[in-house]
Amino acid sequence: MSTTTTTTTTTGRADERLMSFGAGLAYRLRLSGLSLAYVLLAVPAVVLVCVTTTALGVAVVGVGLVLLLLVVPLIAQLANVHRALAEQVLDITIERPYKPAASSSPQGLLLTWVGDSARWRDYAWLWVKITIGWATAWIAFGLSLAVLWYAVFPFVYWVTPAGVFDMNYGIFTMDTQAEAFLEWFFLLIAFSLWWLLVPPLVRFVATLDRNMLAPSRDQLEKRVAHVAQTRAESIDHSAAELRRIERDLHDGAQARLVSLGMTLGLAEQMLATDPDGAARLLAEARDSSTTALGDLRSVVRGIHPPVLADRGFAGAVQALALDLSLPVTVVVTLPGRPPTPIESAMYFAVAECLANVVKHASASRATVELTWDDGLLRATVTDDGVGGASPDRGSGLAGVARRLDALDGRMEVVSPVGGPTVVTLEVACALSSARTTPSSATD
Amino acid sequence: MRVVIGEDNALLRDGLTRLLEANELEVVAAVDHADALADALRDTDADVAVVDVRMPPTFTDEGLRVAIETRAARPGFPVLVLSQYVEQLYARELLSSGEGAVGYLLKDRVADVAAFVDAVRTVAGGGTVLDPEVVSTLLARRQSDTPLQRLTEREREVLALMAEGRSNTAIASNLFVTDKAIGKHTSNIFAKLDLPPHDDDNRRVLAVVAYLQGS
Repeated sequence: MSTTTTTTTTTGRADERLMSFGAGLAYRLRLSGLSLAYVLLAVPAVVLVCVTTTALGVAVVGVGLVLLLLVVPLIAQLANVHRALAEQVLDITIERPYKPAASSSPQGLLLTWVGDSARWRDYAWLWVKITIGWATAWIAFGLSLAVLWYAVFPFVYWVTPAGVFDMNYGIFTMDTQAEAFLEWFFLLIAFSLWWLLVPPLVRFVATLDRNMLAPSRDQLEKRVAHVAQTRAESIDHSAAELRRIERDLHDGAQARLVSLGMTLGLAEQMLATDPDGAARLLAEARDSSTTALGDLRSVVRGIHPPVLADRGFAGAVQALALDLSLPVTVVVTLPGRPPTPIESAMYFAVAECLANVVKHASASRATVELTWDDGLLRATVTDDGVGGASPDRGSGLAGVARRLDALDGRMEVVSPVGGPTVVTLEVACALSSARTTPSSATD
Repeated sequence: MRVVIGEDNALLRDGLTRLLEANELEVVAAVDHADALADALRDTDADVAVVDVRMPPTFTDEGLRVAIETRAARPGFPVLVLSQYVEQLYARELLSSGEGAVGYLLKDRVADVAAFVDAVRTVAGGGTVLDPEVVSTLLARRQSDTPLQRLTEREREVLALMAEGRSNTAIASNLFVTDKAIGKHTSNIFAKLDLPPHDDDNRRVLAVVAYLQGS
């Protein structure tokens, strides 16, 4: 994903040369529309610059901080709109550079923002936006207006009272309807300028936004390092999982099937001489086939629980809740199904959290809430137990955090001593299909 | 007795057919696809269906869905659902698909031929059969509840067998005691759990399961 951000924008230009006149015209009309959008969007930018600058000035006082809490997300929204516009104009992808908040409390948010260079770059960008950005957008939009004006001028002249739009050019005065059509000479000039200049101007604005709003080189390097680390960890993790599965099969089902074969062979030998003994051996063989199946079932559950394949994330969590020894309420509001790898990772994460609740929390009940909101899949596991859970202590929660990290997800544990414990798991993802998952509550 | 089998694995389908026919049950259809199963259950005048949970076309839970849909269209139609694994969720869905005439067993249980054929007959006769694994999870789940703790060890054993769908006679032979002793245990259990006593085996199972599920 990040590679596309740094790719130069040559593709768009090459296409442009090959375009037919009609396509070129449509392209420029679209850019003219965008230039109007850029002109209008500078208005909220001005407001945000003023408010933010004031808020930063008085940040030592509480009211400044409250103002920042309001205004910083708005700046991010405005920046996101410009990111989306630049993505369209330049035909690239721009990643959102913001650090995820450490916690959703006001202090947590402010602390994260102060340490996030992307937020400061947003603020600097606002200044560029309302100066160079705005001026350039105006030129592009002004050219579009000029073309429009000269194009309709003879007709305007026609419908307005005589004399209103007479033009005195010194050596020549334009004052008849026939002469009004001569103004189309200027249309030719304006149109040529518009044709030549609108694409580079709008692209200049978009490039300016891209340069200031895309993740910085430093951020990208950190990101690559993070990806490399989590990738190495997940490769280690899957290798360890495969070894564990191999061992489970080898010591469990495989060994039992070998002994089953031996027992059956023995029974076959004894059939003629000692039918009663053979019958006993056959019963034994039947029991060991049942045990082998039990072993296989537990291995399969560890790889990919069948109910997850059958019913998806929500259904599997509901099934999991029913299997536990304490009452678990499951509340689901998911408009669709997450992608399979995320479904699986989140399921195992929730399962681990619930296993921790059963093992350590001495809770009397637990709640699992599954929501999806604006591209973020969230599972919240709450219990009324003794608290004091920490991802640093129990290796279970640390493992959950590691697995989510590989998907750019995160885990938050709030567990004061004395409880209650709230574990929040988040992964960004899209949901597939509109197949509605019924929301329900179960004990 | 006429049986419809829905199982996509050819080995298991043939095995089930052979096993049921060897025990004087007539297999009128043995199909390998959810749609074919739905058709077979709509057309044939079968007495009972033995259905695998996972089947084509999507290999998820269409066998279970067909079973539940069939019971919605033909209330009380006996269905015994088999699976490689059991889920409380599925047990709950099956039990709420109508009163009685329903079974949910691990495929492993087929190995005990006599017990399996008994289960098919019980379901066809309107009874309820639950896999011991479902029942043990149900019992483990409610351990912290006081009413269950009031039961003696023997009474818990009886309760587990009752929830699996066994009759008094079957429970008695399983625990090597007399029918009368079991009758005494069951009435104790019902009293301790504040459940209304039932003479009918099937209603008794449902009451116990409903109690254990806490619904």
